[in-house]
Order: sequence, then structure tokens, then C-alpha cells
Amino acid sequence: MTPHMLTRSLDRGATIFLAVVAACGILIPLSNLLLPAGSFLQVPTYLVALWGKYVCYAILALSIDLIWGYCGILSLGHGAFFALGGYAMGMYLMRQIGSRGVYGNPILPDFMVFLNYSKLPWYWYGFDMFWFAALMVLIVPGLLAFCFGWLAFRSRVTGVYLSIITQAMTYALLLAFFRNDFGFGGNNGMTDFKDILGFNVQAEGTRAALFALSCVALIAGFLICRAIVSSKLGKVLIAVRDAESRTRFLGYRVESYKLFVFTVSACMAGVAGALYVPQVGIINPSEFAPGNSIEAVIWVAVGGRGTLVGAALGAVVVNYAKTFFTSGMLAPYWLFMLGAMFILVTLLLPKGIVGTFNAWWDQSKEKRTAATIASAAAEDGVTEPKMAE
Amino acid sequence: MNVMDTRATSAMLYLDGVHVSFDGFHAINNLSLTLEPGEMRAIIGPNGAGKTTMMDIITGKTRPDEGTVLFDGVTDLTRLDETRIAELGIGRKFQKPTVFESQTVQDNLLLALNVDHSVRGTLFWRGSRAESEQIDKVLETIRLTDARNRLAGSLSHGQKQWLEIGMLLAQDPKLLLVDEPVAGMTDVETHLTAELLKEINKTHTVMVVEHDMTFVRELGVKVTCLHEGTVLAEGTIDQVSSNERVIEVYLGR
Repeated sequence: MTPHMLTRSLDRGATIFLAVVAACGILIPLSNLLLPAGSFLQVPTYLVALWGKYVCYAILALSIDLIWGYCGILSLGHGAFFALGGYAMGMYLMRQIGSRGVYGNPILPDFMVFLNYSKLPWYWYGFDMFWFAALMVLIVPGLLAFCFGWLAFRSRVTGVYLSIITQAMTYALLLAFFRNDFGFGGNNGMTDFKDILGFNVQAEGTRAALFALSCVALIAGFLICRAIVSSKLGKVLIAVRDAESRTRFLGYRVESYKLFVFTVSACMAGVAGALYVPQVGIINPSEFAPGNSIEAVIWVAVGGRGTLVGAALGAVVVNYAKTFFTSGMLAPYWLFMLGAMFILVTLLLPKGIVGTFNAWWDQSKEKRTAATIASAAAEDGVTEPKMAE
Repeated sequence: MNVMDTRATSAMLYLDGVHVSFDGFHAINNLSLTLEPGEMRAIIGPNGAGKTTMMDIITGKTRPDEGTVLFDGVTDLTRLDETRIAELGIGRKFQKPTVFESQTVQDNLLLALNVDHSVRGTLFWRGSRAESEQIDKVLETIRLTDARNRLAGSLSHGQKQWLEIGMLLAQDPKLLLVDEPVAGMTDVETHLTAELLKEINKTHTVMVVEHDMTFVRELGVKVTCLHEGTVLAEGTIDQVSSNERVIEVYLGR
């Protein structure tokens, strides 16, 4: 992608967003590491990990906004791509444990020893190398999305039908990953990670670095989405969203566009999952739960569909609310609150937080412009009598 | 029949013995119709006569059960999908104006331009002077130059109709299928649209479906009246409108 495309039309919202993410990515790790513990400005390590989780969710939300907000593809199974990216990273982390596991087997992870595996399954090969695992973080979700999308979009499965089969996809994966003989740790998943690239995953420095890296990934993801939606391809995506068959009659191969953007989005979700796993320290099949994917769509709706910035903001706001409410006496009612939030946003702020703000901003700008013209006209009015003289 | 190496017909569009039925309802019944290159043809007929279905067949939205549909004498349209047919050079304006409402007038035309439509081509697209000149020209033709930066959704009904015709012009197809271009227009707009279509017809082959007989008369072209999926009458507007059967089923006494 050319630099021209990346810088094109970086409006005020995007600039503020990038500045805030960059500032968080630099200042939070620095404050955590350099300031003395207990100081007023020091960000405690548990908060760094928590906010790191939010940043990963924000990347997932961006990936959903790219396909839903701009191309009208409502995926209710995007958590699957997130989880697959997470599993790829988890497999790397498991192999890094080596002989430090409970059973001390240098090759086989603990759960395989426990399940009487005699040798490593072929699909675990290569995951001891970081570059391979990092590649799989992109390839596995991307390939699944490509195959799934190729079948679905070519058969012109759209709207609610597509949403339903994406749910089925993530549910099928949930069931598969729950099985012990599937070879990914069954319902316990993978945990007890020791180190990543030679650094202890529990160490403060590693956590701070992972947080900073997540912010970098969020910025990169945002710029990629931005480049896509502000190119001519972005206009075609919006055309597909608003009038799919019209776009076909103009000679655009709609399924290719959908497939491209769906695959890019799945890769982004995979990266989000891969950054998430070392920060939370566990990956298990519950990440495939259909509810997770639906929740991610709610973040986007709350923040503002089709605004990119809104998707990221929505992910942070809703998850902050979740952390806040599920840690107190209101904990049992969180799902009701989430549902109520979704209903209220749909009824009162159908464009989401950022979408509503943008509409208000444009309107007030129009008024200001009108006022300027009116005052200019008034000044003309003052000079008119002179001309008459 | 070998149509691949020789032109089977000199016609721009050639339909022969076309049948389509939906759940036993014969929407198109042994329809045969020929459009010569450079011709403009008006299609009239009562509701349900099969006018829109015929356009669906030509543009690949509906596949006929049997019959021949040839474009430009060589291409069998019944085997191709919408995208491929659009690429070959058949443009369509829908009955209900269908423009991209959340995008500007200018972007609507940009999307319609007959340039590289591949994913890669649009991702790395950089505007060219030739493209913007073409858009300027179309904007002038459809009288929307002042509205170029407005959202298409904010246009009046008549302006949307014109924008859609403009999109056809930007697409620059060999054959234009225009479905009810003056529905919902004022008399002045109707007159201007007739002028516009006549202008377009100087360089393109056009097929117009319309109910407005004043408009059809103003076009002054050969008229085909469809009824129950087949051709009822064909000829000048005076011949067709004096046809006993046409008066009976369509014009009324």
C-alpha cells in the first residue's frame, strides 16, 4: 500500500484516535515500569494486563466493523477467527514450556502426556518456532475465512442466513475443540505458559511490552482498514452494502470483494486473538462460544457501525462496563445489562456513540457555515445604501 | 447451431422462442424480438406482460427455460451471469431508481465508469484526468453538475432517475436497457428525459420500457407491445395504438 493511501483523508476523529492509542501505548508501559509501585501515577501491572485485553478486543471490533459496517456482512462467528489466532499462539507457548511441565516431557505438552499420546501430532509440528506460529496466526483464520467465504458468497448466501451459518461455524469449532482427541487440550485448553521469545510471560516487562505491541497492532489494523475503506474499493464495498444487485449490474464481481474483505478481517481477528492469549494466560474452547461473537458485534453497534473509531471505542467502553459491573454485587445481572445496553443503543442511538457524534458535528458545522454566510450577507446589506447614494 | 465462429445475426439483441415460467406461471411465452444496432425501441404492455422479466433474462438475473438470447450476434447470454453480461456492454436502469444513496453523485458515477473492476484494480486505484473529465461530461448531460458533491439519497426522485441514466452513460455500454425512466416525473422532466434518451441513442442502442404514452410518442421510435409474455403488436406508435388487440388489453377503449 502506498503512503499516499495511508495518509489520505485522515480526518480529525482518526487523528485523535491514533494519538490517544499511541500515547497509551507509550505512557502506560513507561508508567508501569519506571514509576515506583504505589505512586499515584503508576499503572499497576494487573491494569496493564486488563487494558491490554481491551486493546485486543478493540482490534477484533475493528475487523468486524470492516465487514459489517462497510460491506454489510454481519458475521456472528468472528470469535472463531479470534480464537483460532489465539490457539496458534497458545500452541507456540505450550511448546516453549518444554520439560518444565508437570510431567517433564521435553516434547509433549502436559495434556498429551496425560492422554497417553506417544508422539506429537503432525499438526503441532513447527509451533516450537515463533515465526511459524506467527504465520499460522494469519494463515489459519485467513484460510478458514477464505474457504467459508468462497462457498457462502459464491452461492450468494446473504443477510440473516449468512449470520446463522457463521454462528454454526463457530459452534461447530467449539464442539470440536472441546474434544480431548482433537489434540488441542480439550475443555481445559492451554495454560501455564512460561515464556515467549525467551521472556517470562508473567514478568512486568513482558506484560508492558505486550501491551505496547497490542497498541501498535491496533494502530496498524486501523490504518489498514482506513486504507481499504478510503480507496475506491471502499466505495465498492459500500455500494455492495447498500445495493448489492445494482453493483453486480455495473460489472463488479461482488463475491470477490466480499471474499477479500472477509479474509482480511479474519486475519485481523486472528492477530487480536494471538495478542490476547499471552496477556490473559489461557486459551480454551469457550472462546468459540457463539455468545462471544455476538457480544463483539454489540461493541461495534454501541460504538458506531461503519466508523472504525467507534468500533474500537465501543469495545473498550462495553468491556470497561463489563469489568466494572461484574466485579460488584451487580455481577449476576451483567447479561441483562448488556442486553439493555444493546436495546437502548438500537432505539436511542442507532448510529452508535461515534456515529451520533459525527452527525451532530456535521449539523452544527452546517449551521456555523450558514451563520457565516448570513452575517456576510448582513454586512453586504450595510454597504448597500452607500452604493445607492 | 454453431454461433461461436460466425455471426448468427446482425442484430444487437436477438431473442427467439424464449420461455420462462415461475411455478407454472408462464411469465414469458415464446417471445421473439430483434433489436438492430443503433436502434431505439420502446416496449409497452400491461402490468404482468413480462417486460421486466425480459430485462432480467437479458441481464442474466433470470435464466430462461428454453430459447435463444444472442447479444451482438455471437454471445449466448443465457449462459452468463450479471457481472459478465455487464462487462460485455449491457447496462440497465431499474424500474425503481437504484442509486447508491449514501455516496455522493460524483462517486456514483465513478463507480459506474467502465474501467478495471477487479479487487486489485480498485484497491490501488488512482484517479486520472480522463476519468474526471468523463464524469464532468456526464454530470453536464444529466444536469447534476451543481449537485456533484451531494449524497445521492438527498436527490429528488427525478434527479435520481437521471443519475441512474448518468450511471448508464458512464458505464458506456453497447446496449442500454431503461426500465420506466419517467415514472414519477413532472411533464417538464419527462420532456427533458425524452430529449436525453434521443441524444444517447445517437451513439448507443437503447431499449425503453415505459407506460407513459405521451413519452413514447415523443420518442418517435418503433414500438413493441407485449402481452402475457409474448409480442402482441409491433410497429410505429400509430400502428400499434390503433391495433384492435392492443386497445383491448392495454390502452382501453
